[in-house]
Amino acid sequence: MADFVMPTLGSDMTEGTLVEWKKKVGDRVTKGEIIAEVDTEKSAIEVESFFTGIIQQLITKPGDTIPVGTVMALISEEGKPAEEVEVKVEARPVKESTPSPVSEPIVSSPTEPGRLRISPAAKQLAAELRVDPSTLRGTGPGGAITLSDIHTAAAAPTNEQPISSADRQAKMREIIAAAMARSKREIPHYYLSTAIDMGRAMTWLKEENLKRSVTDRLLYGVLLIKAVALALRQVPELNALWKGSAAVQSPDIHIGVAVSLRQGGLVAPALHHADKQSLGELMTRFQDVVKRARAGTLRSSEFSDPTITVTSLGDQGVETVFGVIYPPQVALVGFGKVVERPWIVDSHVVSRPVVTASLSADHRVTDGHRGAVFLSAIDRLLQEPAQL
Amino acid sequence: MAHIADMTKTTYREAVRAGLREALLNDPRVFLMGEDVGKYGGTYACSKGFLEEFGPERIRDTPLSESTFVGAGIGAALGGMRPIVEVMTVNFSLLALDQIVNNAATIRHMSGGQFSIPLVVRMATGAGRQVAAQHSHSLEGWYAHIPGIKVLTPATVTDAKGMLLTALKEPDPVFIFEHAYLYPMEGEFAEGALPVDIARAAVRRQGKDVSLITFGGSLWKSLQAAETLAGEGIEAEVVDLRVLRPLDQATILASVKKTHRAVVIDEGWRTGSFAAEISAQIMEGGFYDLDGPVARVCSAEVPIPYPKHLENAALPQPEQIVSAVRSLMR
Amino acid sequence: MNRPLAPDETRQTVLRLLGEIAPEADLSLVKADVSFRDQLDIDSMDFLNFVVSIHKTFGVEIREADYPKYSTLNGCVEELSANRTR
Repeated sequence: MADFVMPTLGSDMTEGTLVEWKKKVGDRVTKGEIIAEVDTEKSAIEVESFFTGIIQQLITKPGDTIPVGTVMALISEEGKPAEEVEVKVEARPVKESTPSPVSEPIVSSPTEPGRLRISPAAKQLAAELRVDPSTLRGTGPGGAITLSDIHTAAAAPTNEQPISSADRQAKMREIIAAAMARSKREIPHYYLSTAIDMGRAMTWLKEENLKRSVTDRLLYGVLLIKAVALALRQVPELNALWKGSAAVQSPDIHIGVAVSLRQGGLVAPALHHADKQSLGELMTRFQDVVKRARAGTLRSSEFSDPTITVTSLGDQGVETVFGVIYPPQVALVGFGKVVERPWIVDSHVVSRPVVTASLSADHRVTDGHRGAVFLSAIDRLLQEPAQL
Repeated sequence: MAHIADMTKTTYREAVRAGLREALLNDPRVFLMGEDVGKYGGTYACSKGFLEEFGPERIRDTPLSESTFVGAGIGAALGGMRPIVEVMTVNFSLLALDQIVNNAATIRHMSGGQFSIPLVVRMATGAGRQVAAQHSHSLEGWYAHIPGIKVLTPATVTDAKGMLLTALKEPDPVFIFEHAYLYPMEGEFAEGALPVDIARAAVRRQGKDVSLITFGGSLWKSLQAAETLAGEGIEAEVVDLRVLRPLDQATILASVKKTHRAVVIDEGWRTGSFAAEISAQIMEGGFYDLDGPVARVCSAEVPIPYPKHLENAALPQPEQIVSAVRSLMR
Repeated sequence: MNRPLAPDETRQTVLRLLGEIAPEADLSLVKADVSFRDQLDIDSMDFLNFVVSIHKTFGVEIREADYPKYSTLNGCVEELSANRTR
């Protein structure tokens, strides 16, 4: 990074006034190109750049009178790696043509890639006002997200005023984009999958549904959700939320069920305490959240509470899901279509309904071995459907 | 001679002098000692005329030996007197550090509370008068490190007199740092404000956008910076710490809670400065109130230079404070 | 005893119920002999809800094993008239 300073234009020049910038942040300048107009006691002078590069920051404002040698702009030099723009407290010289004070500038360290540059107060306020700071662009020094950014975002007419469905869809796309980009940026995913014999489960379900009237029959998806919930009791590391630098296991199991919306987009509302619900209760709640997800009447806790997500794309004929974890969760379970497959039972090839269960998990939190234990727990649970 | 009680405008020097005189008049146990306090009337003329008024028993010129006369003050305090010891500058006080740190600050604790040292030590601190490095440093932050003593930094004329009188009522040693640049400064003296406390910081200017936290000579530079900032639509709150030990953390944190930004202005050197302590306490107690990093404006890390332009450049100036605030805001 | 419905009336009612499940669909384009799932982006939850509303509206019992018969518009009309004549 190179400093563009107020030049000395004659030995008696002690200060100059910036008239205007000829370039803006992000512009490329070549050595010798005019980048600012400066007024001195003698005349207005066009000042050229001594560097070739990209303008990173314009520090001086038009109209400001500053001593010679004061840094006016930062230019990242060509051929050198671009640096994060640092917050600098310029040690401004006193008026009377004194040399710059030698006190060191305060340098705030650049933000690690993937980490939000957000002030502690702004972070706290964002949580209170339920603003997702990862969707915001900071206007503070060095692009930091500050209190005013959060206030602005919270005041933005997202809920109060009617928004067109196109706007809502665009907004949802934006939120999904931010969450998924963050996930892929921050979470080292690992993937495991296993084929599960659904023969016993499907037979049991058929018999169970015979006993049930049309209005309270179960979908096999509910068996899968319940199996996941119970398997999490055995591998609780996967039922956790990432908090800053470590995962914190959740005492409750709230399964987020991915529901695709007809107009596009996706939500994953929570089925609370899924491990403690009977299949019938789970089915009722499942139907309810799907209906409300599509009607747009989900409660905020249903958005924020899930401790893991389950997504099933079997209806669309998909065989295996390779899911992207929804932060701050640390795992996602995917199910494909239940298909008839040749299956070996006691050395005989038989036809069995088989589903492929896949796990996407955060490698910072668990390793493949625990993930494998979890998938095989789901398999075992589905072999005893009456126990679900 | 005008009586101080009738005055509304006075200089810092006169305020100190009035405090000393009132103390000498009110309590026969009070006496003043130090280099040149008698015949010369005090290096900063704070005891001018006292030798004639109170006599050599109570206004005692001492040899140039800080360790000796600070030690004598400790002894006199142990013996039931109320000594006021004047040390010419904080730089010279280093010669008396053994007496201060190992005796004055410890005797109450080491005697299990049997003995106390009701001693007041005054000294000049700070730069800005072209008296070169060995007379210009700001080391009050070092003293604030030591448990067992109180450290005061009066910045206004009211505090210059009032803090001295309150300090004399303390059972333990109190160190008063008078910024030498302030002696000729004129200010409004508020007789009604007396007696003043020596426990709390004071908000000298209300604001909502940034807290300028400072003390001593830097208070006025900070107020000047706040005025400039007001012209730009930035409302700076100025907190005068007044007492460095024990520190009034509550006032600092309340201000940061309100403004969400802090700049600490300290004439000490940045590294290991008292400003660093303030900054740390804000992190500990006010982290989630902060909307940006705590900034510091301190002296350049050099012995304070003699030439005027270099001395100015080495010290915190209002322009730097303004600039530090601007870079926190945008 | 329900009044017997004309096939046309049955057809209109089935389409209306379908419209409640998939409100964005243009029902005039629904092909009578292609499964709803293939032309309307209906998933198993939607289909279950559809069957439940057929059950409630027409007052018919539908066994799970008969679900596939309700997967097209023609299938629904046939099944419902057969159900009624039983």
